[in-house]
Amino acid sequence: MNVTNVRRLDAEGRERTDIVRLGDDAGRIDGRELLALPGLIDLHAHLREPGFEESETVATGARAALRGGFTTVCAMANTQPAIDTPGLVAEVLARAREARAARILPVAAITRGRQGAQLADLVELAAAGAVAFSDDGDPVDDARLFRSALEYAHAAGRPVLEHVMDRALAGRGVMHEGAVSAALGLPGVPAAAEEAALARDVALAKLTGARLHLQHVSTAGALAIVRRAKADGLAVTCEVTPHHLALTDEWVAGSRAFVWEREAARAVPYDSATKVNPPLRTAADAQALWAGIADGTVDAIATDHAPHASIRKDVEYADAAFGISGVETALAVLLMAVESGMAELGPVVRALAGGPARVLGMACPDDVILVDPALEWTVSADALASKGKNTPLLGRRLRGKVVAAVVDGEVRYRDDAALKGRMHAEAAAR
Amino acid sequence: MTAWTRRHVLATADWSRDEIELVLQQGEAMLEVLARPIRRTPALRGRTVVLFFQEASTRTRISFELAAKALSADTTMITASGSSIEKGETLLDTVRTLEALGAEIVVMRHSAAGAAQFVADRIASAVINAGDGWHAHPTQGLLDALTLRTALGALEGRRVVIVGDVLHSRVARSDIHTLVPLGAEITLSGPPTLVPSAWRCGQLPAGVRYEEDADRALDGADAVIALRLQRERMEAGLLPSLREYAMAWGLTEARVARMRPGAPVLHPGPMNEGIEIDAAVAHGPRSLIERQVTNGVAVRMALLHLLAGTPAAEAAA
Repeated sequence: MNVTNVRRLDAEGRERTDIVRLGDDAGRIDGRELLALPGLIDLHAHLREPGFEESETVATGARAALRGGFTTVCAMANTQPAIDTPGLVAEVLARAREARAARILPVAAITRGRQGAQLADLVELAAAGAVAFSDDGDPVDDARLFRSALEYAHAAGRPVLEHVMDRALAGRGVMHEGAVSAALGLPGVPAAAEEAALARDVALAKLTGARLHLQHVSTAGALAIVRRAKADGLAVTCEVTPHHLALTDEWVAGSRAFVWEREAARAVPYDSATKVNPPLRTAADAQALWAGIADGTVDAIATDHAPHASIRKDVEYADAAFGISGVETALAVLLMAVESGMAELGPVVRALAGGPARVLGMACPDDVILVDPALEWTVSADALASKGKNTPLLGRRLRGKVVAAVVDGEVRYRDDAALKGRMHAEAAAR
Repeated sequence: MTAWTRRHVLATADWSRDEIELVLQQGEAMLEVLARPIRRTPALRGRTVVLFFQEASTRTRISFELAAKALSADTTMITASGSSIEKGETLLDTVRTLEALGAEIVVMRHSAAGAAQFVADRIASAVINAGDGWHAHPTQGLLDALTLRTALGALEGRRVVIVGDVLHSRVARSDIHTLVPLGAEITLSGPPTLVPSAWRCGQLPAGVRYEEDADRALDGADAVIALRLQRERMEAGLLPSLREYAMAWGLTEARVARMRPGAPVLHPGPMNEGIEIDAAVAHGPRSLIERQVTNGVAVRMALLHLLAGTPAAEAAA
């Protein structure tokens, strides 16, 4: 079906006028007030399989991603066992093929068992289909080992995706260290825990010439280091998450106001759905991340989708697992930010498609998604396809929803209820 | 008079001045009950108060127990060693047990900040927070306010120094959130490693300032509250030595003499004499530490009463 009268943007966020096709069926879809976007690429998601299938599986994660507009998803390696052998890479790929939802790109562990002691077989893992390497969830503490990882990954032609954190400085912190953590009596993670580690990693990128991608950059200071590294010509890229762009540490105390909102109805404090690593930072940090999207310092917006079974979240704040289930809410939150004037749509789309493709060194797949930016929906456990219901947005009304997604020329998701009245049997009048 | 509308007592941070005043007033009424030869009133007869203490505490637990007994309530104790908490029972499991016990009021002490909120959100009973991690200890804040008000009169414009390990102290946070609404000005003093970084860098709560030097903090002050110093802080690398701490921030006679004549000294207990407070100060003429214990029982009686829905005036009658 052809989609007519639709506003279309390409992977670089430029307005396009070419025809959008949604599968091979006859007929047309009236695309007025809809958006046709390139299939979004998520550099960072946790699909939990094998080992934590009660939280998510490759299939449920791939379906949830598609509903969120992500047609390509990088699956992190912090499973049980960790994805550190070619056999496990192949298994993830096989599960993804079965699911026929979003395209899943496996990321393999940097070190064996993600133990931070011995390199995994990086060249072999790349040959098996690993698109990048990451011990995400943990940093590689040992600087010498991390140097070797960068050199080996470089030889394998893959980027290293690093979870940037000085573990000693982060300590037992469970939220951003600042006025809010002081008031709540929760141990904090200072911004310096990210910035100090990031400075080390940039120095090692310079030493090795390798492609280093910095995951979930969350502070203004960290972004400034990335900006300088890029100006110095290093092969350094970075991502930010929708939750660090839209939420602040005030959410731990019960605020539910987005960065661009004055106020919103409050929730109770200590909601463990707000516990995430790196932690939600201040509004000033979020503003700096938006500036990074505008000036291109930020290469990608990645969800860090971290679904958890309720048993890991329905506990005391200090004991709760880190992570926010975010792949289905990301696009709506970003579109609402655009609508409020936080950013232009073009750079946001670029950071969701062309940017992440460049980080991986691949061409953007020819996928397309159709979005109704005005469609309102309420985030609820039932509304989420992911097994992870752990989001502080539960109960929130969002605006913007994916109504169709095409992967490899095949319509793999279509919300017929939302498209009702727009689908016509006859071809477009020429 | 303000009507009592709260279902729980979790922290006083969002309380109005009127609410604090109401509890203090009722606490004073309870002091009268406690001064009688038979310290007992039938106000809560037939009602159940569950004391859930996940973290060890002798003083606070006994204080609540005495308060409940003075009101003729039935009390049941759940402690870490006496229940299955140590066998991997989650807080959610405990909530289900508490719910099944059908207690009207749950008094809880827990090592995790937010634990009282967690339970309150999931239970029909009223919850009194008897201390949650570093976050809050509202009954301590209220009993300190009652103690200071008895000693100083109105707290408007009075300068109260809190000295010690502020970072890890729920007492400090609750004192701030009870005394500031009553008009007191708080000066925090303590080693920089033991005061939240945001508070040292100017992002202080209203009515509070930080003065690293204990002598300067105490100059001309109207009262001082010393905080307990945990030995673990030294092991965690936050302090060079206890000896050095005592030298710089311990309440010695010379140091308390910098305050206004007769300015009182408080301590939530238990004390490390010779570290955060010298024996001569702890047991000297300025010390209100024993008054705090009595006032603690009175304030807790007042709160049990308010939550059970019977005005204290009736109970005292």
